[in-house]
Amino acid sequence: MPKQINVALIGNPNTGKTSVFNALTGLNQKVGNYPGITVEKKEGICKLPRGVKAHILDLPGTYSLNASSLDESVVIELLLNKNDKDFPDVAVVVSDVENLKRNLLLFTQIKDLKIPAILVINMSDRMKRKGITLDLDVLESKLNTKIALISTRKGEGVDTLKHLINNYQSLSTEPCLDTSTIDSTYFENLKNVFPNQDLYKLWLVISQDVNFGKIERGSSSIQDFKTKTKSELKRLQQRETIKRYQFINNVLKEGQQIDSSKAKDFRSKLDRILTHKVFGYVIFFVILLLIFQAIYDWATVPMDLIDEGFANLSSWLQSVLPKGVFTNLLTEGIIAGIGGVVIFIPQIAFLFLLISILEESGYMSRVVFLMDKVMRRFGLSGKSVVPLISGTACAIPAIMATRNIENWKERLITILVTPFTTCSARLPVYIIIIGLVIPEGSFLGFGYKALTLMLLYIIGFLAALVSAAILNKVMKLKSKSFFVVEMPSYKIPLFKNVAITVLEKTKTFVFEAGKIILAISIVLWVLASYGPGDNFNNAETIVRTEFPDIGEDAFEDKLAAHKLEHSYIGLVGKAIEPVIKPLGYDWKIGIGIATSFAAREVFVGTLATIYSIGSANDDDELGEGTIVKRMSEEVYDNGKPVFTLASGISLLLFYAFAMQCMSTLAIVKRETNSWKWPAIQLVSMTLIAYVVALIAFQFLK
Amino acid sequence: MTVADLNKGQRAIIIDVSSDQIPLKLLEMGCLPGNEVKLLQVAPFKDPMYLNINGSYLAIRKDTASLITIELKDA
Repeated sequence: MPKQINVALIGNPNTGKTSVFNALTGLNQKVGNYPGITVEKKEGICKLPRGVKAHILDLPGTYSLNASSLDESVVIELLLNKNDKDFPDVAVVVSDVENLKRNLLLFTQIKDLKIPAILVINMSDRMKRKGITLDLDVLESKLNTKIALISTRKGEGVDTLKHLINNYQSLSTEPCLDTSTIDSTYFENLKNVFPNQDLYKLWLVISQDVNFGKIERGSSSIQDFKTKTKSELKRLQQRETIKRYQFINNVLKEGQQIDSSKAKDFRSKLDRILTHKVFGYVIFFVILLLIFQAIYDWATVPMDLIDEGFANLSSWLQSVLPKGVFTNLLTEGIIAGIGGVVIFIPQIAFLFLLISILEESGYMSRVVFLMDKVMRRFGLSGKSVVPLISGTACAIPAIMATRNIENWKERLITILVTPFTTCSARLPVYIIIIGLVIPEGSFLGFGYKALTLMLLYIIGFLAALVSAAILNKVMKLKSKSFFVVEMPSYKIPLFKNVAITVLEKTKTFVFEAGKIILAISIVLWVLASYGPGDNFNNAETIVRTEFPDIGEDAFEDKLAAHKLEHSYIGLVGKAIEPVIKPLGYDWKIGIGIATSFAAREVFVGTLATIYSIGSANDDDELGEGTIVKRMSEEVYDNGKPVFTLASGISLLLFYAFAMQCMSTLAIVKRETNSWKWPAIQLVSMTLIAYVVALIAFQFLK
Repeated sequence: MTVADLNKGQRAIIIDVSSDQIPLKLLEMGCLPGNEVKLLQVAPFKDPMYLNINGSYLAIRKDTASLITIELKDA
């Protein structure tokens, strides 16, 4: 069997590196994490001629080998560690034809590491429009490499690249520059102390610390070799960068011609509108409205289908499988649990689709530019806008989208406040309660009910911003603040890229969140289906004696209600009743709230069961109307209704603020690498919810 | 004069960058003495600023921009 070729894809962000990866591997890829950190690791297999296989590793985008973020440090650590199993036999450096000068900086650094490197010049389809001509022979000889000029959009040049990968052994490993000339005495010294080491590697290791302190170094003796202060080292890095650009400019002077008179300036025309001080914001607002529309309106069709499908599957299984504990667990616990995950797929997929289109087209960077100043007042970054928008669908992908915020403090605050935005799981709860307690009537033509819903969305955003401002004041995190956003050129999104992104992200969501939701729903099912003592075990006899004359259907209802009241979860509800009474809730709502800590959308289903509307089998066909009707008839022992304006508003506010989502907590734990932050979120958000709901109820009652 | 003082559409040549405070990433994107910089767009309050530096299109905050000394180029 021929040896597998290890290929590392390296390149600046926005060079279409991912397109090249997709073109090489197709769907033969998997996304994982680097051990211990949350940096995404994408790898795939590419089939080459004569049965040779290449293992392609798509490294995070980086502008140079001097890391300034966790993502970038992954690249350096791999390239400096010859023993890593992923250490590349050949590096494929992806560059963008419009930014060749800047992209070559990274290329020269990789060449200087003496790793065989192929230069990919991507987006060749844009050359004509930009008036660029390249002399590949000159470039190849000056850079001492092989070049593949490709266009992933048109599918050109990919075979050339595969051919070059297959013949990587013929590549020269001559470095481009001699870095030691930037300070010959210093490097001479270095050479004397470490005679067996590669000088450029040593220099990279020593200078790494200046920008990013987290790299573990193998030999401590290198660490001691700090005869230079930080600012001296930084000056040397600047000198090195200048030297590299001198080299690159010389190469490009002969190898590249740009006739700017032929260039079509599409970018500046669009920028003039999209980043305009007034129109820019108006357009952004309209796009936001469109996204909401898409998520709420268009996604409901497949969601209803899924909901129905799972309900049918559940009742079909109930009818064909023998009655028993296992069947119940399967239909009420596991299938309901899986359904609870799957139902979110349309919304999540839609959201990823829209966001990846915004990102691929280059528009997202303009939003970041427009919003940075506004967001900074609240201790956030312009880059926080993306998660806050995504949060209205679901906080989980939103929190994953914070990864490109360089500043750790800004990123952490964004992660902490994102769950305040009104996610789709709150919607069913809001709609039921609003339908119940908010009166008909309108104000300036807008119905009270619609206004209440809108108000709840605004409250969510305000809560996020205000708590961000408070966290910004309170947290004493020192974090180097810099903000450099590349403004990529506008592009029509590549269908293949968008499709793969949507597929991969949705898959991650379903499996990550799915595991937790599934586990919780099984636990909930067990707690709601079993109870201690005679009250639960002799439920049938008790109900029979209490209501001797009722029909079979009504009996089933009463039985289910009685059982639930005395199940473990019912006991929990009774136990927490004293705590929630001041908020205007009874023990049944208490159970709804308790189960909602797994996921908010569980509330409606729990109440439906608790109020025992319909018998066990047609639970899923309940119209919203019946639940609302049943809830409005719910009274305390003294005849007063449970759901009043006061308790309703209190409940709405509780759901607006409380941190009731296990999956979000799990993702926050993963992204912050500690239980501390999700714990803080859970406690403080729930506390805020409690206090606000308490004030609202006591004031309104 | 620094990049923070530029008006929209103006071009300048970079004279000096205070490399101690400026992120290396910005230098690597071409923000180096001798290179040209042009202010393309500004957000309200001139912050952040959208620039073309040495062929790279990027946005930086105003406080970072004020660390880059420039000399105005005649139009």
